[in-house]
Amino acid sequence: MTVLSTDTTQANRAAGLLAILKRAFLNALVALVLFSLMIGIRTEAGSTGQLTYWSRFGDLASLVGSVLGGTIVIELLRQWLGPVGAEKLVPPAVQRGAALAGRFLAPALLIFAIMVPVIFYNQRYILDLGILVLTYVMLGWGLNVVVGLAGLLDLGYVAFYAVGAYSYALLATNFGWSFWICLPLAGILAAMWGVMLGFPVLRLRGDYLAIVTLAFGEIIRLVIINWQSLTGGPNGVSGIPRPTLFGIPLDNSDDGLAAKLGIEFSPTHRIVFLFYLILALALLTNWVTIRLRRLPIGRAWEALREDEVACRALGINTTTTKLTAFATGAMFGGFAGAFFATRQGFISPESFTFQESALVLAIVVLGGMGSQLGVALAALSMIGGFELFRGLEGYRMLVFGWAMVLIMIWRPRGLIGHRAPTVYLKKAQAISSDLVKEGHG
Amino acid sequence: MSGDRILSVDQLTMRFGGIVAVQDLSFAAERHKITALIGPNGAGKTTVFNCITGFYRPTGGTIRLTHEDGKDIAIERLKDFRIAKQAKVARTFQNIRLFPGMTALENLMVAQHNVLMRASGLTFLGLIGVPSYRSAEKSAIDLATTWLKRVGLLERADEAAGNFAYGDQRRLEIARAMCTEPALLCLDEPAAGLNARESAALSELLLSIRNDLGTSILLIEHDMSVVMEISDHIVVMDHGVKIAQGTPREVRDDPKVIAAYLGADEEEAIAVMESGS
Repeated sequence: MTVLSTDTTQANRAAGLLAILKRAFLNALVALVLFSLMIGIRTEAGSTGQLTYWSRFGDLASLVGSVLGGTIVIELLRQWLGPVGAEKLVPPAVQRGAALAGRFLAPALLIFAIMVPVIFYNQRYILDLGILVLTYVMLGWGLNVVVGLAGLLDLGYVAFYAVGAYSYALLATNFGWSFWICLPLAGILAAMWGVMLGFPVLRLRGDYLAIVTLAFGEIIRLVIINWQSLTGGPNGVSGIPRPTLFGIPLDNSDDGLAAKLGIEFSPTHRIVFLFYLILALALLTNWVTIRLRRLPIGRAWEALREDEVACRALGINTTTTKLTAFATGAMFGGFAGAFFATRQGFISPESFTFQESALVLAIVVLGGMGSQLGVALAALSMIGGFELFRGLEGYRMLVFGWAMVLIMIWRPRGLIGHRAPTVYLKKAQAISSDLVKEGHG
Repeated sequence: MSGDRILSVDQLTMRFGGIVAVQDLSFAAERHKITALIGPNGAGKTTVFNCITGFYRPTGGTIRLTHEDGKDIAIERLKDFRIAKQAKVARTFQNIRLFPGMTALENLMVAQHNVLMRASGLTFLGLIGVPSYRSAEKSAIDLATTWLKRVGLLERADEAAGNFAYGDQRRLEIARAMCTEPALLCLDEPAAGLNARESAALSELLLSIRNDLGTSILLIEHDMSVVMEISDHIVVMDHGVKIAQGTPREVRDDPKVIAAYLGADEEEAIAVMESGS
């Protein structure tokens, strides 16, 4: 019996190897056909305009060879790891360890964030990067209300970021209002635009909603570019006042903070102040979102994502529920925009392209829709990782793309895929992402 | 039918393009009673249901809901969510529509949205955590707990609704509808897909809802054992019109009903006749 079973395993293994080789050769053949014209032959216009061409069969061979080798490696890895999505047995000790680490991850991250200006006081680059990451954490948390909780796919989130930034920039430069008055105004104005966007898209779902929100983001940008008399058009708004610590400027003047405290002035003071400002704004966003999730409105958002028809049958006004989701998300975007304007001192329409919307949406999706910690981790890895790969220059986007593809294969529902219940009788049990709907738009 | 009416449907007509799904249908449901709407497949029962619960706007006719204090509400003029909110009509769905990614308890909390929304001062007071909202939330959890106990799902309160077995999901959906504290509970085929034991438990649950809470019930059902056992009044439809109504006994012996079922579906006709013996 034992001999027989060894024989069969050997036979199985041989068959498996044969299948891998077969697949590798097939892939190599496809690569050969595809690349033979794209890589194998190079054409160019000659000096007198005639067509010149030459062959690059060496490059072709190396590419086809790498496809062949790569397929074998990937297939072997796949055999070794087992099928994607299969339940794997994890020892209880490891599970407990992971749960413990998970519980302490959020507080540890928070403490680290608070300590960053202390640890890296002399490293301006790290502080600037920290501010950038926190801005995207805040934008991610804001968009998370719309996409993650209410399940409304919004591709034009940058519009509210722009409204917030221009609200502060124009109010501060034209009327000289202080940052602390303009900040809530920027939030309110952005929220109003959120409601205005919300009305026409109430009946839309899924792809249609995504396209209209995308267009809305572009409309705001085009209006900013073309309304030259108000916004300065493509030249943007410059000379935006820096924030003050409740009226005390953070500069080299006699009534500046450094002079008042009797310490030597350093430009780093302002950077540290900005860091704590965006940290506070991001934490406010987080706190409000966590509170809202446990209130009836937050539960209604999540119920809307799960099943809109059932919501209506339970007497929930889906119109106002959707509009409040849009308005809340937009308000946080507006806050972040006002912060962006005061940090940069100069804003122009170039900062508010579709790419920003896509990046924030990618952070929300990568983080695990609806998870606050996941969004923070995703912003850290996306923005931080992007900087980390800076040394790779031309290959940066390639590495970045690879990393995204791998994460989506291993964690298709984002870094933190499970959902925490908002209320419980005995024990809060995490809900598997397989059950949680993504929303229909 | 001269008793206290909660629902009066008068000359209800519903057309989809050229197709007449319901033609001049009139019937009434009495307060604190169970009324069943039966008929062969395609008779227009679910269309009537969707008109009553506001998912369709009827082409013609009126649907009037009378509250216990004598206030009349014209349902055909209300928007769908207002029917649940103001007219206090709750419904379940033929293909269950729970919130699968939320726990059983959360499902029942969502059902109490309007009460909690008022208590939370449209979110603003709730955000700062005023005590009145906390007590409102506590009583909402108590109501949800009571219903979870009634449908026998208290032990699984913190589990995702999507993980529940089919029969459990049906009962949870009824509990969710009841958490809106409705005057009229509309059930669309509540016994579909249930085994004999679960059907019996369902009959018991519906009878207890009528007897203990006095909630009026309107149901569509194919399972004749359930219909004949619990209904006080039965309305029979075929091809969009009413062909008979009365007590279970009257309906069972009505030749028109038997003919309708014989013409439509042999199995159901046998079920109707067998339930009589």
